[in-house]
Amino acid sequence: MQYLLLIYQNEAQAGAASPAQMAAMHQEYGAFTQSIVKSGNFKAGDALQPTATATTVRVRDGKTMTTDGPFAETREQLAGYYLVEAKNLDEATGLAARIPSARIGSIEVRPIRKFD
Amino acid sequence: MPATDSRRSQESRDGGCPVPEVERVFRAEATRVLATLIRLLGDFDLAEDAAQDAFSAALEQWTETGIPGNPRAWLVAAGRNRAIDRLRRHRRFLSKRQELAHIAAIEAQSQLASGIASEEESRLQDDLLRLIFTCCHPALAQEARVALTLRTVCGLTTEEIASVFLLPVSTMAQRLVRAKAKIREAGIPYEVPADALLPERLDGVLAVIYLVFTQGYAPASGASLTREDLCREAIRLGRLLHAIMPGHPGPDALLALMLLHDARRDARTGPEGDIILLEQQDRSLWNRRQIDEGLALVEAALRHPCRPGAYAVQAAIAALHMRASTFAETDWPQIAGLYEVLLRLYPTPVIELNHAVAVAMVDGPERGLMLLDAIAARGTLASYHPLPAARAEMLRRLGRQTEAIAAYREALALANLEPVRRHLVDRLTELGGSR
Repeated sequence: MQYLLLIYQNEAQAGAASPAQMAAMHQEYGAFTQSIVKSGNFKAGDALQPTATATTVRVRDGKTMTTDGPFAETREQLAGYYLVEAKNLDEATGLAARIPSARIGSIEVRPIRKFD
Repeated sequence: MPATDSRRSQESRDGGCPVPEVERVFRAEATRVLATLIRLLGDFDLAEDAAQDAFSAALEQWTETGIPGNPRAWLVAAGRNRAIDRLRRHRRFLSKRQELAHIAAIEAQSQLASGIASEEESRLQDDLLRLIFTCCHPALAQEARVALTLRTVCGLTTEEIASVFLLPVSTMAQRLVRAKAKIREAGIPYEVPADALLPERLDGVLAVIYLVFTQGYAPASGASLTREDLCREAIRLGRLLHAIMPGHPGPDALLALMLLHDARRDARTGPEGDIILLEQQDRSLWNRRQIDEGLALVEAALRHPCRPGAYAVQAAIAALHMRASTFAETDWPQIAGLYEVLLRLYPTPVIELNHAVAVAMVDGPERGLMLLDAIAARGTLASYHPLPAARAEMLRRLGRQTEAIAAYREALALANLEPVRRHLVDRLTELGGSR
């Protein structure tokens, strides 16, 4: 099965990290990504620009409304994702637990829906 | 099972088997058959239907030819074949790909199916564990875990489970449908978790079993003080885990705790279903055999090298109560001490309340009242009737009648279980207060 691992963390907190902490985090992410590429679990993955760069679009009655900011204000914000192949939820949550941000934020694990 | 084998083969020689006997064998095998069918078919709903079909087939055939030598294997094979039939019949509901994949997967197990008769007991035992761990998976909400366990492992009907939780049947049915859908859609594995995950997962399973037990031992509402069926099912599950996971102190301790509490059952109510408090219970009505079994298990759990968990400490407290031959001989200082240990492990307000009651037995009601007032002041147990009831009891013992009456009234307003309400009304009447 495929799962999307959504990485949520507090942007303000992450932004306040020292350069050394950021470098360490970056390195950890590199090592983690390498390891899941090697194990065959990795399908895709990216980090996102902060929510300050987000734009939200809605179409109502044929009219497009474009607004500044994320669709909802939350305590933790979507910061990145991995798309992984895993044999079941236990393997997927096992991978999620190894994502460096799991220690400071939260990883939401969502199965990918398949249409026949 | 071995004890009935000789009788079974006799009946087989005689030909048919009476319907109640077929039903009895089916009931005894139902959970294990379902557990194995879920593994073979990979789907809860399909397996439930298949198990039902297998039972219909057994009713038809066994009443003619007698019960086969290995009824479980027969039922599994019959259920599996009916499931394949069902899939073929309902192919229009499935895409071709889904159908073929499904049937191929099932048939891949067919060498297994033909070998089911010889399949080791341990493998089938594993299926039952798989079922329990899947129903109690942490990706399911706690209430869904309890409902699913009661439905699939204990075999309760949706109506019965709905009545336990005082919910409309449709709500409970919906909860079960959602839980099964999540297992399917999210890929919750049908597996006993790997060793690294086992301690955490086992805790989750024990929590579900204990919840089933407490629903039976102290229901939130209703006409009777206990629900024997739930206590029995919880103990049955506890025994099962204890038997199939030897060496794990958690299952031992939980089983001990349940056996010791349940041993008092017959002494807890009078002929009219009224509460008889521990102090007034006729201890000769306690179930001696169950107490002995529980005591042996507590000791085993406490001897285990790892630190005793919450169930072990609670079981040790229950053991101290059971060891006292009269209420007056109860070792309250040690009980209060064990509650302190428990509070350090799990600082919950309910344990605090029990601790306060034990302390009152050692140091007197004044001290107990002080601890209870501190809990009440925090407001975390605001809708829990045992708190005002315990306060009322302390105030009554201190001769502070007016305050006791007020506290009993407060408890009465919160209590929904009929025997508890009657007990509180009796106390109020004794104190000269009306409800």
